[in-house]
Amino acid sequence: MKVDWTTFWPRIIESTGETVLMVIATLIFGSILGISIGLLLYVTRKGNILEKQWVFQTLNILINIIRPIPFIIFLVALSPVTRAVVGSTIGTWAAIFPMTIAASFGIARIVENNLVGIDPGVVEAAKAMGASPFQIIFTVLIPEALGPLILGLTFVTISLIDFSAMAGTVGGGGLGHVAMTYGYQRFDGSVMLVTVVILIILVQVAQWIGNTFSRKVMRR
Amino acid sequence: MIEFKQAVKTFKLGKREVTAVKDVSLSVAQGEIFGIIGFSGAGKSTLLRLVNMLERPTTGSIQVQGVDLATLSQKDLRKLRRRIGMIFQNFNLFTSRTVAGNVAYPLKLGGVAKKEVTARVAELLDFVGLSDKANDYPEQLSGGQKQRVGIARALATSPDILICDEATSALDPDTTADILRLLKKVNKELGITILLITHEMHVIQEICDRVAVMEDGEVIETGSVFDTFTNPQHPTTRRFIQSVQQDRPSNALLKEWRAKGGKKLYRVIFKGEVAGDPVLSRLTQKFGVNFNIVYGSIRELQEKFFGNLLVSFDGDEQSVSLLIASLKESVEIEEVAVHES
Repeated sequence: MKVDWTTFWPRIIESTGETVLMVIATLIFGSILGISIGLLLYVTRKGNILEKQWVFQTLNILINIIRPIPFIIFLVALSPVTRAVVGSTIGTWAAIFPMTIAASFGIARIVENNLVGIDPGVVEAAKAMGASPFQIIFTVLIPEALGPLILGLTFVTISLIDFSAMAGTVGGGGLGHVAMTYGYQRFDGSVMLVTVVILIILVQVAQWIGNTFSRKVMRR
Repeated sequence: MIEFKQAVKTFKLGKREVTAVKDVSLSVAQGEIFGIIGFSGAGKSTLLRLVNMLERPTTGSIQVQGVDLATLSQKDLRKLRRRIGMIFQNFNLFTSRTVAGNVAYPLKLGGVAKKEVTARVAELLDFVGLSDKANDYPEQLSGGQKQRVGIARALATSPDILICDEATSALDPDTTADILRLLKKVNKELGITILLITHEMHVIQEICDRVAVMEDGEVIETGSVFDTFTNPQHPTTRRFIQSVQQDRPSNALLKEWRAKGGKKLYRVIFKGEVAGDPVLSRLTQKFGVNFNIVYGSIRELQEKFFGNLLVSFDGDEQSVSLLIASLKESVEIEEVAVHES
C-alpha cells in the first residue's frame, strides 16, 4: 500500500523536525563532552601543559575502543545504559543519548588533532607571559584552533545526520524511521526519494553554515 | 639582575641523557645588554629558558632580582614572568588576535582595566612604530613588523628584563638592523635589561655590552664585547669574530705575497685612545724605516676605535727590530704566520 501524499506531508515535516532535533541536541551535548575530552587529551599529552601520562593513556585507549564500533551495534549494546539514563530505549531522546556518547569520542579526536596543529611556540609565549594552564586553554588553545574546529564539527554534524537515520530504525523516529518503514519495507519509492532529498538538503545547509562560520573565524 | 649559579640542565631523550647546559655560572647586571652567542645546539636556548623557568634547572640555581626561582610557587612564578618580557625567533604571535589584541593579551592576563589596556596598547604600538597596523592580523604583516608586535607585547607589562630568543635570526639584514635599533632604544629609553641569544656575531657587535660564548653547553668565554673582539681567547670565539671581520687575507693571497718576494707581514693592533696618535708614522720616521699597509681596517666597536692592520716594513734589519721593540710599548704587534692549510 502506497502512502497518500495529501495526508502524508505532515508526517514528513514532523520526522524532519525529529531528525533536526536529534542532530542539534547531539551536537550541543556531544560538543560539550567531546571538546572537554579533547582538551583533556591534549593538555595531558607528553610535554604539554598538564602532562599526566595515565589520564592521556586511559582516554586514548577508551576512544580507540569506542570509535571503531559500528554505530548501529553501539546503539543496541548501549541500550541498557540508555534505559537507565533516559528511562526508555524508544523515542527521540533515547536516540540522542547513544548518539551523544558516540559523537563525543569522535569530536574528542577531532579537537585533539586540531590542537596538536597549533604552533607550540604560541603556547610557550603565553606561558612566558604568565598565563596559567586554565588561561592557556581558554585564551590560546580554543581561539587558535577555532577555525578548523568549526570545520571538524561540521563534518561531525553530517555524520550525525547519518547516525540519526540509523537511530530511527530502532525506534528513534525521524526521517530514517520514515524511510525504513514506508520507503523500504513497503517498497514506496516516492517516500524514499522525498526523505533522501530532505537529508541531502539538510547536509547542504549544515555544510554551508559550517563553511560560513569557519571562513569568518579564519578570515579566508 | 640575573644570576646563574652552576646551572645544569639535562634532558632525557628516550634512554639517553643529554646535558644541554653544563655548569654555567653567569651574571647579568642591571641595565646592560648581555649577549650569549653559540652555534646551534650549544645550549643557549635552554639557558635562556631557565631565566623564566620555561625550563627548570636539573641542578644549580637561577636568581632573578635576588630571588631564587626554585623557591617560587606556581602563582608567584607566573607573577615573576610578567616582569620578564620574552621575544622569539618565530615571533609566536596569536594568529586569532589582531596586532592590538596581541599586545593587549598580557595586560588582560594581569586583569588590567579595559580603558587602561586601550591606552597602553596605543602607547606601545606608537613606541614600536606600528600605530597604523593596530587592527591588522599577524598574517598581514612582514617579518620585521611581526617582531615589532612581539616586542610591543613583551613590553606591555613594563618588565624589568627582556629576553630575546634569536630575535633577528628569521629576518633579512635591513630588518635585523631595524630591530636591533629598536632593542637598543628599549634598553636606553626604558632602562630594560636585555639578555639575548644569537648565532650571529654582528648582533653582539651592534648592541651588546657584554658577551658570553657558549659551546657544547658550557660558557667558554665571557667579557666585555670590546675585550672579546680585540683579544679573543678561545678558538671558537675567534671563529665568530672572523665571521664579522676578516682580520687576515686568504692563505692563497698570503702565499702569493710571499712568493713574489713580499716582506714579512706584521699585525698591528690599535685600541681606543692609541688610534688618535700617529705612532706608526712617528716611529718609522725615527728609525728611518718605510712602512706599507697591506691589509686591514679601523672600525668602531662599542664607541671606541679598533684598528687591525697588516703592515710590512722596508729598512735594514736592525732598524726594523728596534722599531718593532718600541712599537710594542704602545700597540700590539706580532708577526703574521702563513698557515699551511
